[in-house]
Amino acid sequence: MDDREKTDGQGSAGKPELSDSELSGRLRGLGSALQRVQAERKAEEADPKADPTSTASGMALAFRLGAEFVAGVLVGAGLGWGIDYVLGIAPWGMIVFLLLGFGASVVNMMRAAGEFGRKTPPKGGA
Amino acid sequence: MAVEIDPIHQFQIHNIVDLGAPGGVHLGFTNSAAFMVGIVAAIFFFLTYATRGRTLVPGRLQSMAELSYEFVASTVRSTAGNEGMKFFPLVFSLFMFVLFANFVGMIPYSFTVTSHIVVTAALALVVIGTVIIYGFARHGTHFLHLFVPSGVPAFLLPFMVVIELISFLSRPISLSLRLFANMLAGHIAMKVFAGFIVMMTAGGVAGFFGAVLPLAMVVALTALEFLVAALQAYVFAVLTCIYLNDALHPGH
Repeated sequence: MDDREKTDGQGSAGKPELSDSELSGRLRGLGSALQRVQAERKAEEADPKADPTSTASGMALAFRLGAEFVAGVLVGAGLGWGIDYVLGIAPWGMIVFLLLGFGASVVNMMRAAGEFGRKTPPKGGA
Repeated sequence: MAVEIDPIHQFQIHNIVDLGAPGGVHLGFTNSAAFMVGIVAAIFFFLTYATRGRTLVPGRLQSMAELSYEFVASTVRSTAGNEGMKFFPLVFSLFMFVLFANFVGMIPYSFTVTSHIVVTAALALVVIGTVIIYGFARHGTHFLHLFVPSGVPAFLLPFMVVIELISFLSRPISLSLRLFANMLAGHIAMKVFAGFIVMMTAGGVAGFFGAVLPLAMVVALTALEFLVAALQAYVFAVLTCIYLNDALHPGH
């Protein structure tokens, strides 16, 4: 900082020729400023997506969650209807499996929400 | 008001070549089948033509082909790991087919193949069939551990197994339902708003200028549909990878 202020002061004074040490001082100042900017940019990139709700992947997640919820309830209802039809215990199969299907769809949705946030490939048991 | 507005008309299937009913099953080469053949041919020619030069510094077409390859490859690696790359041909074929089908559907007067649940369900069944067959072939009965979550108290285990079973069965349904419903709803919405324009312009000067509003809506919806078309292909590929990852590593 000190270095730069000194060279700046001299530069603004309009001195035409600069000595080698002053030039190298300026170069060092420029180098450190560049490093600072690059470090900031790198930190920005490393930051996990600042606001995933406004990106395309956020929209993809929204589509996924909606379909996941509907599908779980549909499969539960279908299984319940089938069990009622085969065993003749209507409406109990439908009631129980509709609730289980609802539970399954919530499980699926939570899993989907977790999976999209995680970027590393899941290894073995997780 | 002689204009006939039928937003569902675009999804009608009709035979181009009627093959009769050998063995009691009515067969025909439909417009849907023709579009599917066309899509596969388009993908084939696009990829072979784009990579014919194999230059080190890719041209426009070649870089498009390379981008699609690298995009799918990185998706597979990030969700199913390096081991998942053995399924890369399957995922890439599915991604390109859905992407091209969605985009071909955006051409006026064309037919949207993916707006029929028969097509999307067939694609989803291919994925789930691969998961089940590969899972059992590779892990045997250990594949069934997919349905037994670890760290669950014993009295809850029966419920959790049933819930896991339902959640597994719901996968092909959610996979096919999402693609089909998005394409169907999007195309119907566009047709309905386009129909408003026709109806309003028939209603005098005020209607003529008022028709600017639905026109703006159609323009916005068209842009949205292009986004959805690409996004749905991506979601289909990602979910395929996630389900294949279960076949590779069944233990929870």
